[in-house]
Amino acid sequence: MMEYLNLGKISLIIGFVLILVGFWGLLSQKNIIKIIVSFTILQTGINILIVALGWIKGRTAPIIDNSVEQAANHNVLNSIVDPVPQALVLTAIVISFGITALLLAYAMKLFRAKRTLEINKFNDLKW
Amino acid sequence: MNNEYIFIVLAIGIGLLAIVMAIIAILNKKLSIAVIAAGVVSLFASILFLLMAAPDVAMTEAAIGSGLSTLIFFYVLNKINKYND
Amino acid sequence: MIKNSLIALVLASFVFMFFHLYMSYEPKTELSGIAAHYAEKGAAEVGAANLVTAVVVTYRGFDTIGEVTILFLTASIISFFLKLSKEDEDKVIVHRGTSELLITASQILIPIIFLFGAYVFMNGHLTPGGGFQGGAIIASGVVLSILANPNREINHNVIIWVESISGVLFVILGILGIFLAGGFLDNRFISLGEFGDLFSAGAIPIIYSLIGLKVGAEISNILDKYQKSQKES
Repeated sequence: MMEYLNLGKISLIIGFVLILVGFWGLLSQKNIIKIIVSFTILQTGINILIVALGWIKGRTAPIIDNSVEQAANHNVLNSIVDPVPQALVLTAIVISFGITALLLAYAMKLFRAKRTLEINKFNDLKW
Repeated sequence: MNNEYIFIVLAIGIGLLAIVMAIIAILNKKLSIAVIAAGVVSLFASILFLLMAAPDVAMTEAAIGSGLSTLIFFYVLNKINKYND
Repeated sequence: MIKNSLIALVLASFVFMFFHLYMSYEPKTELSGIAAHYAEKGAAEVGAANLVTAVVVTYRGFDTIGEVTILFLTASIISFFLKLSKEDEDKVIVHRGTSELLITASQILIPIIFLFGAYVFMNGHLTPGGGFQGGAIIASGVVLSILANPNREINHNVIIWVESISGVLFVILGILGIFLAGGFLDNRFISLGEFGDLFSAGAIPIIYSLIGLKVGAEISNILDKYQKSQKES
């Protein structure tokens, strides 16, 4: 059993389940703040998924310091994990914080206009 | 070999806790508990990033996702509760 | 009832897709393609010990400019949205009084937090860290000072000037790369230096420090606007 499971597969499953939980919350909740919380959980799940795709077994972080050089005999190519997904996720985390802050500003303005937080009551644009 | 075994057990434990906290965040009726549970999910994700040999991403997720995002939620909740009192 | 069954249908289709993706997943065993190029030649070409920093600032520098632009756009939209009316600006936030513990602890901790944030973004090319992490740490120091005294007025001129000058200098350093080195945002127009020193990797410490200051100023501005919005009725 232990040779079937490794850290990459476990993280993949965790990412998938968090995406599913986030989508379920996004579709089924009625309170605007709950919808924004579900959006945050969805973003976290996607980030875990992307970093898990760049993981390689038995290798270490992509920072070339003394321990990596000594262990690898100056052969960096075989001793680090993939650095490209980590760079993409770095950007994604900062942008998702900006989007959450913007969503919450919209929620405050909506609350100020109608004094309620249920999305069913905001039907001004419905036909 | 022992090292890897510990990582797998730790990852399974953290994953289960994160999924349970995510479900609590969605199902609970009080808003403040939902927001704190989302912050705890972010914290567990940061530990998982560290297990997957990504220290830059772990630092960014802990500072921004777990710290500043929860703070902004509480500003909005304060405004709502002040009206409802 | 219809809504619940439709939600269950959507989630079931996602589960089906994810199951197929998981079953066909083969874990990688070696780096391939462009990651191999970054791993082999990254230290020699760019001179940075942290390969993620080398990818974010140099190899994928244009994406970083896009991200900084999106953050700037978000901060300006929030400033516009949460603008107070004239009569609300002079009000004072009524609160129960912050505790003595918070005021004293913040006076000790805030300089240490700023110093730590500056250390993180200046050493981005040697240790894990960089501009975004350092900027978030500086913003959390500013939030601590706001929490200790909710009526504190943050000097908006300082934030505006720091943010604008950092952004303009970032683009100017990129354009200098066109004339003096290989292309846009090439960091080799300053000499690469000794591998592992603080002043190595060309222009990467300068670029990352500018990004750190800019992100810290923007997030502090967002949080200050949220704090001021507590004043309005």
